[in-house]
This record gives sequence, C-alpha cells and structure tokens, in this order.
Amino acid sequence: MDLMEQAQETFVTESLDLLIAMEEGLNQLESEPDNEELINSVFRAAHTIKGSAGLFGLDDIVAFTHKVENVLDRVRDGDIAITPPLIAILLECRDHTEALIEDMGGEATDPALLEQSGQLLERLQGVAGGPGGASPAAGAEAAASSPSTWEASVDRQESPPVENDNWHISLKFHPDVFRNGMDPLSFLRYLATLGEIVRVATSLDAMPEAEAMDPESCYLGMEVAFKSDADKQTIMEVFDFIAEDSEVAVLPPYSKLSEYAELIEKLKAQDDSYRIGDLLLQCGALTQPELDKALSYQQAHRSDPEPQPLGEVLVEQRAVHPETVKAALGKQKQIKEVKLKESKSIRVDAGRLDQLINLVGELVIAGAGTNLKAQQLGDADLQESVSLISRLVEEIRDRSLRLRMVQVGDTFNRFNRVVRDVSRELGKSIRLVIEGSETELDKSVVEKIGDPLTHLVRNAIDHGIESAEARRAAGKPEQGMVKLDAYHDSGSIVIEVSDDGGGIDADKVLAKARANGLVPADAQLSRPEILRLILKAGLSTKEAVSNLSGRGVGMDVVTKNVEALRGDIEVESELGRGTSIKVRLPLTLSIIDGFLVGVGSAGYVIPLDSVVECIEHQDVDKVRAHGGRYINLRDEVLPYLNLRELFGERGASTVGRENIVVVRSGNQKAGLVVDELMGEYQTVIKPLSRIFSRLSGISGSTILGSGEVAMILDVSALIKEAEQKTLQLG
Amino acid sequence: MDANLQVHQEGSHCHINISGELTIYGAAELKPVLLEHLAGASRLEINLAGVEEMDAAGFQLLYLLKREAKSGNKVVSLVAHSPAMLEVLALLNMEADFGDPLVLAS
Repeated sequence: MDLMEQAQETFVTESLDLLIAMEEGLNQLESEPDNEELINSVFRAAHTIKGSAGLFGLDDIVAFTHKVENVLDRVRDGDIAITPPLIAILLECRDHTEALIEDMGGEATDPALLEQSGQLLERLQGVAGGPGGASPAAGAEAAASSPSTWEASVDRQESPPVENDNWHISLKFHPDVFRNGMDPLSFLRYLATLGEIVRVATSLDAMPEAEAMDPESCYLGMEVAFKSDADKQTIMEVFDFIAEDSEVAVLPPYSKLSEYAELIEKLKAQDDSYRIGDLLLQCGALTQPELDKALSYQQAHRSDPEPQPLGEVLVEQRAVHPETVKAALGKQKQIKEVKLKESKSIRVDAGRLDQLINLVGELVIAGAGTNLKAQQLGDADLQESVSLISRLVEEIRDRSLRLRMVQVGDTFNRFNRVVRDVSRELGKSIRLVIEGSETELDKSVVEKIGDPLTHLVRNAIDHGIESAEARRAAGKPEQGMVKLDAYHDSGSIVIEVSDDGGGIDADKVLAKARANGLVPADAQLSRPEILRLILKAGLSTKEAVSNLSGRGVGMDVVTKNVEALRGDIEVESELGRGTSIKVRLPLTLSIIDGFLVGVGSAGYVIPLDSVVECIEHQDVDKVRAHGGRYINLRDEVLPYLNLRELFGERGASTVGRENIVVVRSGNQKAGLVVDELMGEYQTVIKPLSRIFSRLSGISGSTILGSGEVAMILDVSALIKEAEQKTLQLG
Repeated sequence: MDANLQVHQEGSHCHINISGELTIYGAAELKPVLLEHLAGASRLEINLAGVEEMDAAGFQLLYLLKREAKSGNKVVSLVAHSPAMLEVLALLNMEADFGDPLVLAS
C-alpha cells in the first residue's frame, strides 16, 4: 500500500507539472497557432496524464483526458485549426483535469465533477467539430472511442496464448552499454540467480563490417528463455540500469501471440535486418507455426491505418498480468528516471530542505559561540582552526540557502493565464511582458507572493489599463501592457508590477482619504506619501465597482502579506503614463549576513547589505535644513536617529566614542547613531513572537555566540522613523 | 591490465596466444592487431588458455574474427579455451556457432 501511495504521489506531482506545461503551451499557442512543437507538447501532456492515470485505474480521468487527447491529436494532424475558442475550451479542460486529479483521493469521483466532464466534452466536441474538416463522423468516433477501446481489447484477448511456460526476455543492448561501464554478460549472470536460464539466442546481426565495427560499441541482442517463480517486476528490475537506452521486453509465460507479434514489429521497425524471428525460434519462445501466425498477425495489423490507441495497450496490459500495480510502479520509476536524467535535478521534499537549513542555523549559532570562546582563550592555533571552520560554515550556509532558491520565472509565467482570463473578462486587449524571470529567490518567499502578485496584476488590468477608446484618445497603442519584472537590489529582491495605463490621480486619492478620515484635513503630504495611501485599508478610488474588485484580497491585505515577509511596497505613478508598484522582499527568510553593533549593553544586528558606511560621530557636521536636524555626509544631507534614545537603552557605553552607521533602503539613506561597531556577524533570524509584532524598527531576533539575544533592525522602518523624528525635532 | 599477445607465424599459418584479460579495456587496441594478423594469414589459430577474463566486448572481437574468416574463406580456430572463456560461450549459448572443439579443462 505504501508503495502504491508513493507512486500515486509521484503521479500527482508529475501530472501537475504536465498541466503547467500544458497551460503554458496553450497560452503560447494563442500567439503562435502554427507552432507544431507547442501543439506536440500540449498533446504529450494530455497523453501522458491519460497513460499514467490508466495505470492506476483512474477511469474517470482516463475517459476525460482520452477525448481531450483525441481532439489534440486531430489538431496535431491538421484536421482542426487552432482558434481562440478552441484554446479557451482546452484551457477549461485542463483546469477540469486538475480538479479530477485533486479529487482522486476519495473512493469515487465527485458526481458533480463527472457531470461537468460531460458538459465540457460536449462543448469541446462542439468547438472541435466545427470548421477545419472534422466531419461529424470523426466527432462521433471520438465520442464512441471509449467503448471501441473495449471491443479492441476483447478482440486482442482472443489472440491465443503461445505454448511456452517460460518467461521470455528480449534484450537489444544500446551501443553505449560498454561505454557506460556495463557488461551485458553480468545481467545474464545476475538473472541466473533469480531462476534458470533455459536457453539463450545471441545475435550480433547489428555488428557492421570489420572496418566500421567499433570494438567499444555493443552490438549484442539476446532472446532469453527463462524459468523462474519471480514476478515481472523483479525480472524487470534486473535490467533497470539499461532499461532507459536499450530495448528490454519481458513477456510472462503463456503470453499472447499478439505480444510476440508486437515485439517482432518493434525490433523490426528499428532494424529490419534483425533476425528476431529466428532468434525466437532458436531460444524456443515460439514454434514455427506460431511464428508464422505472429508474422501474419503483424501484417494484418500493419494494414490497419489506425494507430493502436494507448488506452488499448493499457487495458491489454491489465488483462495480461495481474501485477498492474507493480508494473505501474516500475513504469513510474522509469519515467521518473528518464526525467531526472533530462533535467539533471532531484526532487527533494521541501520539508527536508527546511530541516537542513534549520540545522545549518543552529550550526552557525554554535560556531559563533565557539568563536567567542576561542577569542577569550587567546590561543592562536585554536583561533586559526576556528576561523577556518567559520569560513566553511559560512559556505555551507550559503550553499544550503541556495538550494532553496528558485527562479521566479515559473511564478511569472502563471500570470499569462491571469492576464488572459481577466482581460477577456473585461474586454480589454492586454499583453503581458515578463522580464528578469531568471532572478532567483527563496522558495518560501515565492510561495507566499503568489496571491499578492495576482492581486496587483488584476488591479493593474482592472484599474490601471484604460478602455480601448480612452487609450486611443490619449494617443496610446490600443493594446495595453502589463509588465512583471524582478531584479536584485542591495540584498533584497524587487518585484515590479507596472502598467502603461492611466496612472493614479493623487488629488483624487487625497480627497478620498480626507473624506474617509484616514488623513487629517490639514495634513501636508508629499506625493509618495499620498500614493502610499492606496495601500491602506478602507480606501477605494475606483468609481465603478467591477466584478473583479472585492474578489480575493484587497490592497491592504497585499501590504500585510508583503510585510509579513519583511518586505516593503513602493508606489510610483504618473498620471496618464502608468503605475509601477515595487514589492521589495528579503532574499531569504532565515539566515543573513549581519553587522553587529552595540548600543549600551545590548547588541543589535543591521542587515549587512543595507550598510553603506561607518563614520565616527564627532567627525560629522550637523546641519539644519528643511526645518530638521540632519547630518552632512560629504555634502549629502541625511536624517539620523540615535538608537540609544530610540530604544531607551540605559546601560553605559563600553567605548568612549559614538559611531554613525549609514544605512540604505531603496534610494533612501539615514544615519544610525550607535556606541560600538562589532563587525560582521552571521545572523540566524529567529522570528519574534506575536506580542512584538507591532513593534516598529525591529524585524526579528537572533542569538549571539555568547548566548545573548540581539534584535535585528528593520532598516526601512528606521529610515522612515528617522525622517519623521527629524521633522518633529526641527 | 590488457591482453598479452604472442604471435608465431608459420608460412600462411598464424598462431596467436592470448593471455590476460580479453575485455573492453583492451578491445580498441586489439581489434586492428587481430584483423591484421588475419589479413596476413590464411589460417589463424588462437590459443585462449591464458585468458583469465572475457566480457561481451571481448566476445564481440572473437565473433568478428570468425565472421571475417568466413567471408574471406579463411579459418579462425579457437583452441584451449580457458574456464573463463568456456563460461562466457556457455552463457551466450554460442559454442555451436563458433564450432570449435571444446576440451573441458579438468
């Protein structure tokens, strides 16, 4: 049961991957309807899902995807043209397949889903049966294909079994078998441990002329009669290592003649000179009359123009041997292995990665403790070896964090669909531009930005892009543009959602905010401050409520989500030109390079990426400007904040002179006055408990090597604080 | 460790003693040498008594020689099969195809 569950899990993950590929393919087809590769990839996705579902006996999924696949097959053959309505219905079918797969946990498929299956297929038939040459007969055939599959399989079962009580194993080795370090003989020797090799027929027909023969290529083919009580799975496993490249077929005792016919056909198709028939006779798998029959069967089948539907093969496989489940497992494994080889990557449970990263976090803390002790002891040798270990730990930390990094592209591509659906709903023509899709960020962040991003994109389409008439009147191209971009900027990743729409009317926002009491009537607000108001709860500038607004999350929830990730949102907008919303997020949520500073008796950590420079406090000129207190840093005027005052530290300073750390967030800078600079420090972020969630200026805590707790400063909040304080003091 | 060859030419008869490993590791080197000896003789006798190990690549080489001999109306005979040789021929069921008299080593 365990294995079964594992295999099912694999089926679900792989199917979902395929569905994503299918969606991408369909979306792209809209702009390039003649791209055969895309059609093929969509077809393959449907086909593979159907095949795998068949192995698990998920008949409802098979029945549904089978018909979708039929339509796609006709598209592939050029019988049906790709049209927007067809893509729309295929996308719906895709969604429905996903629903079916998600539903498979239960005993029986939800009747509501089944009903939907029927309706969808009818509509699909309606669309696909239209122009493009699909005759009503073709439609009827597609509709009736399920029963005909059964008939075919019944027909197949009538094919008589052969008089052979041995397993038959057909091996045609790939030329590279030697080069891959394998010896075909060792497979035979291993096979012999599972039973008795009754007879072997060896062929070197594939070996070319002496000149061309490469002594390091393998030209061997073997037909093996094998007597064993082992099951098919066990026998197949013997050939696991070569199954990918070489031709391996295992036929159970008393297999049907048709299966031998298929084997013959398959090997002949690859190399017509291969005397497979003789070999089968030689090893005693078939008698001469049986071979003749098989050959004629093959002939009869060849004249059949219909390729054998996969469903038939599956049913047949099930009819052949009771070990469907195990075979399914074997098949899944094979598919998986092939896939792994292709992408050269391993699927790792995210939970395990998290465990690893937690452990690395503990290692970093423990390492810091050791470092401190070594310094206290003052033993030079010890210090040296500790510093080596620290360096390695740092590297391990970076590498393990990188394991969790994923490219943001996959997330972005999903928005093709959102843009397509939403713009259709609103009757706007909009194109999505994606940039920076290879930018990497932490998987845990990626998972959490999906919803906020969706909302931002919907917003951009709904409120940002104007109607076609308005755009024409404004002299813009009729087709609107929404852009998703991602890039790294000083230790954070910035995800930008921009549009070339109407922009935000700052006056309108301010008026609304005043009316709602969000802003005191006499407050003077800068333009960025006004624009930020749209992120607040209870402020809606839309005059007409479309059916898109109020669905999902509001802007204030977007803000909350982003802030929960220690992120920040910036709004830029130019009336008539468009709006750009920048979501700034930390690269990782767990370990950062920090800069440790001392204020009084406590330590604080500033994310190293936001530190610009450090200067001595007394070297700095203070200036008064714009009615506030500022520091003059090489003619650059910056607000500053005394952390001792801010956090109410009373402990005496351990060093005489104060220092200023200049920090930066986005394009804003500020100075932080601290007592002591303690240097770089690997910081494992420990979240603060909920009680402290309203505390501004602090984003988390960490544990120092000495076991003391240090607070991690929230630089962007501190910069804002510094600006306000400066103004108040002024 | 590759195969060692000892070649002894007697008119158009060539005797070769192969010892060591007749495997993929020496196959590329061995092929031209063996073919050359076959080209220079009408009869090739290969003594396999010293073959400690043979794999499928080694087997393919011997097969190639046999096939070449047949098409060139020459004779390649394998003699004094070592136990390792016998095991492989038996495994592949090729004793009859090669057609050499086999003497079971005691």
